[in-house]
Amino acid sequence: MPQIFKRPTSLKDVQTHFCSGCHHGTIHRLVAEAMDEFGVQGRAIGIASVGCSVFLYSYFDIDVVEAPHGRAPAVATGVKRARPGSFVFTYQGDGDLAAIGTSEIIHAANRGEDITVIFVNNTTYGMTGGQMAPTTMVGQRTSTSPYGRMKEKDGAPLRMAELLAQLEGVSFSARVAVNSPRNLMDAKKQIKTAFRYQVEGKGFSFIEALSACPTNWGMKPLQANERVGTELCDYFRLGVYKNIMEL
Amino acid sequence: MPRILIEETRCKGCGLCTIACPRNLIILSERINNQGYTPAQFANDEKCSGCALCAEMCPDVAIEVYR
Repeated sequence: MPQIFKRPTSLKDVQTHFCSGCHHGTIHRLVAEAMDEFGVQGRAIGIASVGCSVFLYSYFDIDVVEAPHGRAPAVATGVKRARPGSFVFTYQGDGDLAAIGTSEIIHAANRGEDITVIFVNNTTYGMTGGQMAPTTMVGQRTSTSPYGRMKEKDGAPLRMAELLAQLEGVSFSARVAVNSPRNLMDAKKQIKTAFRYQVEGKGFSFIEALSACPTNWGMKPLQANERVGTELCDYFRLGVYKNIMEL
Repeated sequence: MPRILIEETRCKGCGLCTIACPRNLIILSERINNQGYTPAQFANDEKCSGCALCAEMCPDVAIEVYR
């Protein structure tokens, strides 16, 4: 009987450190599948960020450069300019991209660098202990907002996919989720489109993937998965915000 | 007949496959695996259509599907 579903070749056959129910593993697999489909594994250079995403180099069977906190788009810029034939993507969390690295992501996007950015938004700093991030939902309790995020004091959650879509240099910007088979299939499609932009040399592409963080949300895996589909999808609307070439 | 193969040592018992299966053929077992989780197990392999939605949802890529 033929095997119709197996591990992508770009993804190493190793155990991940992710918590039970964390969506990082799923997003890793989708990225690996897309690399396999475009046949770019041999020339792919991933830029790992700081956070739970840092172990990218242990999980993907590709070359990886580890960037300082938030600086992945700047490192990716250098890598892509030095080796224009390579396939360069960054994989960053929300504490990395939307807080510490806001400047780097905005300027790399505005310059229209020929890279792909995979942004995993789980509304918290996962690895460092569940602190409040710019993407934390109003009212969400974290280790640095024990009474819940207050809009008056902390502002409202940042919507990065919409924000970056406004920039001239951005070719593709979309927000996806992997909490249900339906959303996951759409996520797969959008990640492939983002990669196609780079494979064809058509500019900067950005994917925001909503993710559960059961440990720091203080929830069971299924509860956290449910929260992505309800509370998060309600504020962070899924969809394609920019697609200049209609690829 | 289509079937799935769950790699129990990789499973973290999150249960996402149990809600993905349109026919509810997967349950979490009561056994504890090497990581300390209760792994998913195939409850009824006769009705599996090999749709692979469980494997798609699995964050640990612990499910293989044959059809």
